[in-house]
Amino acid sequence: MAASKTPHPREKRMIFKNIDRPDWTTEIECYLADGGYAELRKALGMKPADVTAEVKSSGLRGRGGAGFACGMKWGFIRPDEKRPVYLICNADESEPGTFKDRYIIHQDPHQILEGMIIACYAVNARLAYIYIRGEFPEGARILETALAGARSKGFLGKNILGSGFDLEIFVHRGAGAYICGEETGLIESLEGKRAYPRIKPPYFPAAIGLYQCPTIVNNVETLCNVKHIVRMGGAEFAKIGRPNNTGTRILCVSGDVQRPGYFELEVGSITMGELIHDLCGGLKPGRTLKAVIPGGSSAKVLRAGETYKIKSKDAGGNPVEKSLKLEDIPMDFDTLAAAGSMAGSGGVIVMDDSRDMVWTLNNINSFYAHESCGQCTPCREGSLWMKKITDRMLDGGGTVADPGTLLNVADNIAGKTICAFGEACSWPTQSFLAKFPGEFEAKSGKQVGAAEAVRHRC
Amino acid sequence: MDISPDFAAQIDEVISHYPVSKRSATLPLLHLFQEKTGFIGADTIRWIAAKLDLEPINVLELVTFYPMFRQTPVGKFHIRVCRTLSCAMAGAPELLEQFKLAAGIVPAPQTSHGHGPGIEKSPDGRFSIEYVECLASCGTSPVCMVNDDFYEGVRPGSASEILAKYR
Ligand SMILES: Cc1cc2nc3c(=O)[nH]c(=O)nc-3n(C[C@H](O)[C@H](O)[C@H](O)COP(=O)(O)O)c2cc1C
Ligand code: SF4
Ligand code: FES
Repeated sequence: MAASKTPHPREKRMIFKNIDRPDWTTEIECYLADGGYAELRKALGMKPADVTAEVKSSGLRGRGGAGFACGMKWGFIRPDEKRPVYLICNADESEPGTFKDRYIIHQDPHQILEGMIIACYAVNARLAYIYIRGEFPEGARILETALAGARSKGFLGKNILGSGFDLEIFVHRGAGAYICGEETGLIESLEGKRAYPRIKPPYFPAAIGLYQCPTIVNNVETLCNVKHIVRMGGAEFAKIGRPNNTGTRILCVSGDVQRPGYFELEVGSITMGELIHDLCGGLKPGRTLKAVIPGGSSAKVLRAGETYKIKSKDAGGNPVEKSLKLEDIPMDFDTLAAAGSMAGSGGVIVMDDSRDMVWTLNNINSFYAHESCGQCTPCREGSLWMKKITDRMLDGGGTVADPGTLLNVADNIAGKTICAFGEACSWPTQSFLAKFPGEFEAKSGKQVGAAEAVRHRC
Repeated sequence: MDISPDFAAQIDEVISHYPVSKRSATLPLLHLFQEKTGFIGADTIRWIAAKLDLEPINVLELVTFYPMFRQTPVGKFHIRVCRTLSCAMAGAPELLEQFKLAAGIVPAPQTSHGHGPGIEKSPDGRFSIEYVECLASCGTSPVCMVNDDFYEGVRPGSASEILAKYR
C-alpha cells in the first residue's frame, strides 16, 4: 500500500485513526491490543433497539453517496420482523475519485467487522455479506483472514460472547461492474444474477432486499462509524461536525494538486479552498484553479471564479442567503447541495487551467457508457451517444449542433430510468455544458488534424 | 472436466457460504475457475450450471455481463491500466502505450465506436493488456495492476521496469 502519511493537523482521525500507523497491522491481536471489540461487548449488553436509537440520535448519514440517515434506515426493520433479515456491507467502492474504503479494507478490516456485527445485532440480521469489488483481490484476502480471526475469538458464529446472538459474515467478490455499487444491483449480483438494479418502489431494500427479505445495505465508512457511536453515545457523536452533517468525513482529493490524498475532517470544518491550498499543498506551479468535481464523478462540476448563492438557515431557523466563491464553500452535505452539486462519495477531483473541459467530459462519458447496465433504453443508448459526441468533438468531425444535441440527450436520461445511474451519467454533461459553454462551442464543428486527434483520448 | 479433490472441496466450501440460495455461488465459482484456468470455457459454464442446478445460460449471462470474466485466454501476465479521469489526467494513455511497447503488443487502431479495442495480447502470449475503469486509488494515480499485483503512482517510463519482474 501507499507509503505512510502523517495526518494533517486539521484532521480529526476517528475512522482513519489506524491508517498509516507505523506499528499497525491487520491482525486481530493488534486490533485487540488497541481495545478493539470493546464496543461490540458494550453493544451486546444493550437492547438492539437501543443501539438503533443511539445511531438515530447520532445523526449519522450514509457515506456511500446518497447521504441517507443511517438510524432511520435501520428503523425500517420492524423489531417483530418474522422473515430473516440480512445486512450487506457495500465495499464496491467504484465511484471515480473515491478511494477511502480501500484503505479501511486493506489496513483496518476489524473496524469494519466490529461495526458490521454491531449493526447486525441492532437489526437482528443473522447472515451478512461484504460485497467487495473484484479488483480488490488483496482486500478480499485480508477480509477473509480477519473474518477467520474474529470467528476464532468468538465474535462470529453461534452465541457471540455468550449473548445468544448468532451471526455469520461472508465475503463476496464482484467482477468489475460499477453498477454493483447501486444497492439493488448489488443485491441482484449477490443473488447470482446480472447486476440489474431493481425497479422502485420499494425504495429501500429494508422492505424487500436480498432473497426477497428485509436487507440493510450500508457503505464501509458508514458501518465503521457505528462502533464510534456505540463508544461515545449518539448525543456526543452528534456534537462532531455540524447539525444535520454530523461526524467526520473522509475526503479523497485527486487531480491537479501538489499533494493528493485522503483527509478525515469534521464535516464542514474546512472550505474547498483550504482543502486544496492548505491540505493538498495548492495547485501545480504557475497554475490556477479551473474547476472542481466535489463528490465523485457523478457530482456536478463547480467552476472557479463563479459566485454561488447558498440558501441556508441561521441558528434561529430563519432563512439566510450567502454569496460564496468556490474556494469559500464549506465541504458539507447541505452546502454542496445548495451550491448545485453534492458531497456524494467524498471524491474531490481538482482541475487546473491546463485542462480541456471537452476532453475531461469525454473521459467521464466513456466511463458511464462502459458501465451502464443496459436495462433502460435512455441510459444504455444515451450514455454511449454522449460519449460518441464528445469523441467526435475531440477528433474533429463534429457539427455546430453538437453541444445542443449533447444537452438534449442528457436531459432525456435524467429522471427517466430505473436507477440513479441515469442522473449520474447526465449530470456531468449538463453541468459541464452549463459551466463551460464556450469550450464546447469552440470545439463543435471544428476540423482537427489527425495527429492532434485521438492521441489524447482514453 | 477434471476436478481434483482439493478443488472440489474448495468449491463446496464456497457454496456453503450461501445457505439460502446456491445460485449466489455462481460469481465466486466463476472466479475460482478463472483463477485456475485463465478463462471461462463452455465446459466450465456447463459444469457450474449442473453443480448449482441452473441452466448454462444463467452462467453464460454473467460471463458476458461482468467485465472481469473472459471466454478466451489472456496472457500469462495480464496488465490492467486505469483509464478513468484522475489517472487519465496523470498520464494513463502514455502509460498504456509504454506498456504495449515494453510487452511487444502491437496497438490496434483507435476508432470512435464502441468502447475501445478491449484486451490486446503480445504474440508470445506472455502479456496482455486492457484499460479498466477507476481502481479506487485516484490519489496515487496513475495506477495499474499486473495479475493481482497492484502498482500505484507509476512513474512515467517505468513500464518496462515493472514488466521486468514478470519476464
Ligand atoms: C450508480 C450508483 C453507484 C453506487 N456505487 C456505490 C459504491 O460504490 N459504494 C457505496 O457504498 N455506495 C454506492 N452507491 C450507493 C448505494 O446505492 C447505497 O445508497 C449505499 O451503499 C447505502 O449505504 P449508506 O447509506 O451507508 O451510504 C451507488 C449508487 C448508485 C446509484
Ligand atoms: S439507469 Fe442505467 S444503470 Fe440504472 S438500471 Fe437503467 S440502464 Fe441500468
Ligand atoms: S481514476 Fe484511476 S484509480 Fe480512480
